[in-house]
Amino acid sequence: MIMEATIVSYCKIKNNTVWVNGEKINIDNNSVDFSAFLVNLYRQMNLNYPKFFKMDNLCKLGILAAEMVIQNNSKSENFEKDKVAIFLANNSSSIETDRNHIKTIVNKNDYFPSPAVFVYTLPNIIIGEIAIKHKFTGENAFFVSETFDANFMHTYASIALQSRHTTDAVCGWINVDGNEYEAFMYYIEKKNLNKAGNGLNTHHTAEMIYKLYN
Amino acid sequence: MSNLIETLKAQIIEQLNLAELKPEDIDPNAPLFGDGLGLDSIDALELIVLLEKHHGIKIQDPKDAKAIFASLQSMADYIIANKK
Amino acid sequence: MITYLGANNIISPLGFTTAQNLEALARGEVAVKKQQFHFSESIFCCSKIEDSTLNSYFSAISNITTYTNLEKMCILSIQDVVQQSGIDLKNKENLLIISTTKGNIDVLEGVYKNMDSNRAYLPVFAKTVGNYFGCAITPLVVSNACISGLLAIIAGKRLIENGNYKNIIVCGADIVSEFTLSGFKSFNALSDEPSKPFDKNRTGINLGEAASGILLSSDEISSIKISAGNSANDANHISGPSRNGDGLFNAVTKTLEDSKTETVDFISAHGTATEFNDEMESVAFSRAKLDHLPLNSLKGYYGHTLGAAGVLESVIAINSLASNTLIKSMGFELQGTSHELNVIKKTEQKTINSCLKTASGFGGCNAAAIFEKV
Repeated sequence: MIMEATIVSYCKIKNNTVWVNGEKINIDNNSVDFSAFLVNLYRQMNLNYPKFFKMDNLCKLGILAAEMVIQNNSKSENFEKDKVAIFLANNSSSIETDRNHIKTIVNKNDYFPSPAVFVYTLPNIIIGEIAIKHKFTGENAFFVSETFDANFMHTYASIALQSRHTTDAVCGWINVDGNEYEAFMYYIEKKNLNKAGNGLNTHHTAEMIYKLYN
Repeated sequence: MSNLIETLKAQIIEQLNLAELKPEDIDPNAPLFGDGLGLDSIDALELIVLLEKHHGIKIQDPKDAKAIFASLQSMADYIIANKK
Repeated sequence: MITYLGANNIISPLGFTTAQNLEALARGEVAVKKQQFHFSESIFCCSKIEDSTLNSYFSAISNITTYTNLEKMCILSIQDVVQQSGIDLKNKENLLIISTTKGNIDVLEGVYKNMDSNRAYLPVFAKTVGNYFGCAITPLVVSNACISGLLAIIAGKRLIENGNYKNIIVCGADIVSEFTLSGFKSFNALSDEPSKPFDKNRTGINLGEAASGILLSSDEISSIKISAGNSANDANHISGPSRNGDGLFNAVTKTLEDSKTETVDFISAHGTATEFNDEMESVAFSRAKLDHLPLNSLKGYYGHTLGAAGVLESVIAINSLASNTLIKSMGFELQGTSHELNVIKKTEQKTINSCLKTASGFGGCNAAAIFEKV
């Protein structure tokens, strides 16, 4: 049996619109600001995960996108969660929360830095949040680049998937800067392509990642 | 006192982003951590900021925090005892 | 394929070359000291490079007003590695990887008068540094909290062995800023005294600033290689280390499996000197049956240099191997973890062939790598 790296699901969230495996999802009320949109989407997904409200918008967006790719795929039921890697990238790191932390220290008469804000001033916290929610304890890496580099992400994930320590990977691009935001996430599994099953099943190649992203 | 309890409920919900919780859901005598509201270590640090920001009280020794934040009632007691 | 570790540099208050830093460590000098900043009445114990020192070094190679402090530190560090090795970053076979947590965060704070605010974006910062060297390939940025530096070295090894690049310079760097000082203070994580990793009376972190660079190559440029490296997540809490050390244990176990090394001779640990981190490391090393190995943390000398730490500490570890020196873990006196560790109390000469380097950070991330003599 030949095991091949296969993209089993993907998700895009942009301009208050959500696509899962290429299909547009109906959102109850999407003519709202970004923060409200995230809460609406959370409620529509019935996640029942109160920690969601403690997160910054980057992590909220990441948790929702990850949920979409994990819920909507045809991957095998039996997998080891310590072999699921998470590799993400963006342009703006945690700049939105960085600005919020600076607001708490800029005025010496109102100087109250908040630990709950500061902890989100690292982009890889989003990897931590996804790892915690899904108990994924495999490889991690967060990269920062000007735009989404599908070639690089494909290379890095492929190297990891060649190792026996990694069977699955959640990868993507997740950026928040002011009111501008974008999430693109996909789930890769080493599987036998002939046993395709339902849903998306496509080879993990850089060209395919670009195609799904655009 | 009951006013202070109500104020604290609102401040905790706001500061700790407990969006799904209503003030009446919080029992003043129930533990804030562990089985109670399920708060964590970041929330504990955030409560220290809350006391300073909204009540002007600085906890000098962080080790005291555990007893002070045992419940809403103990927080209120501490605020009254330490008000300037 | 083998990835060799070659030319390296450290820019810190203890010196602007690796040799200067090693000499300072041998003399028992520490970079952390109590200092006052304009933005706070509090005294912070941290390790900060004097602006005047940085500018006097930098003015020898370029204009000091064109670059931020972090960019100057990175350029000086990479320049030293380039000069020692003759590696040309204009060549497409060579890549620059930069590891940082906060980049030019002082630009966002408004510290500089005439600096374009887009320099606060990590890709712009990296490109600015890369352009100085005429990099053919846009520098890769790793920003993964306190494991950034070690993860960047592991990523470099993977890209070389996958055939993507022939030579990779990894540069880790972060500055001490009001941003990070105020944040860690709100976490009650800062010590007012020089930090004491793994000690019973440890009282928390000192922040530090540094840049450190190292060359990775598929050519046999040295007698030390990186034989394995992996990361793992605790999936437990975004800021609190796992009580049972799961993530670090997994990263270490995977790395030992991959390396095929017979024995590890010492551990260059993370050791931030917070109560929970150091305890977590003792649990993980004990579970991996490595708690008997000589171990040090360099945070007692440099403080926690965040995105630089993994590179800086790897550079020191590699030089320890090359000179057969076990370096004293500064600040340690009394056992202070639930599992006793063999913390190095006195610098000594000993034949050592391999080193386990570890790092752990916010977001539940952990990394481990093995460096060994070829």
